[in-house]
Amino acid sequence: MRLTCPICGDRDRREFYYLGAADYLDRPVEGEAEATHRYLHLRDNPAGVTRDLWQHEAGCAAWLVVERNVTTHEILQVSLAKDEIRDAR
Amino acid sequence: MVELVARTPCEGLLPYEAGEAELSEIIPKRITSLAPFEDSTLLKPLKTALGVELPAPGQSVKAKDGRIVWTGQNQFFVLDAEVPALDAAVTDQSDAWAMVALGGAAAIDVMARICPLDCAHMTASQVARSLIGHMPAIIIRTKTGFEIMVFRAFAKTLVNEVSHVMDAVAARGALST
Ligand SMILES: [Zn+2]
Repeated sequence: MRLTCPICGDRDRREFYYLGAADYLDRPVEGEAEATHRYLHLRDNPAGVTRDLWQHEAGCAAWLVVERNVTTHEILQVSLAKDEIRDAR
Repeated sequence: MVELVARTPCEGLLPYEAGEAELSEIIPKRITSLAPFEDSTLLKPLKTALGVELPAPGQSVKAKDGRIVWTGQNQFFVLDAEVPALDAAVTDQSDAWAMVALGGAAAIDVMARICPLDCAHMTASQVARSLIGHMPAIIIRTKTGFEIMVFRAFAKTLVNEVSHVMDAVAARGALST
């Protein structure tokens, strides 16, 4: 498996660290218990397209959002997490 | 009084030669890490002192008395040259890194065995952050080979792993002639 880091280009999987669902980018408002519960524990588990957080740990160190299809193993898009956060604001 | 003796990271370990590959230590005069703030006008004193702009990702540039190497997202190392007073996150990392030069006709074959990058396609002064074995490294392509930087604590491991691969490449070369 290879990922194309927006900064470094096409790289081997072993340079990357996997964190989990990109939902971690949408932090709930402090004190909202139900939203915090959803944020920490509730995840969809689709047999299809997922959005996950990866870090180019042994590369440029950037956090990335990787969109991939878990049934076909196709990588659909890799973007910088900081840009995704900026777009959401 | 205790008398402290300064030692370089690879002292007593290098140089090393095997077949068509050579490994030697590089000792930069200083290594300064530089993480600029968003406002790029703050970097003016750097350009005035070193005569160049910061390199693009994956590149290094020659500067007055040294060079500037891209080393990650929003991070650069200034090698050798002195960094002027600057409104940026600047740290002296001179003692924190081991730096070696890998040269000789077999340098690319050695890298192919120990690094996941396609090193044969790098061009001189290009830079990548990647792995040497399991060690995070900064890899700079030079006209004659590669320069590799790893955390100083990994100096012995770096020399051990690279020299082992140099031996293997030399042995393979001897077998096929
Ligand atoms: Zn990267």
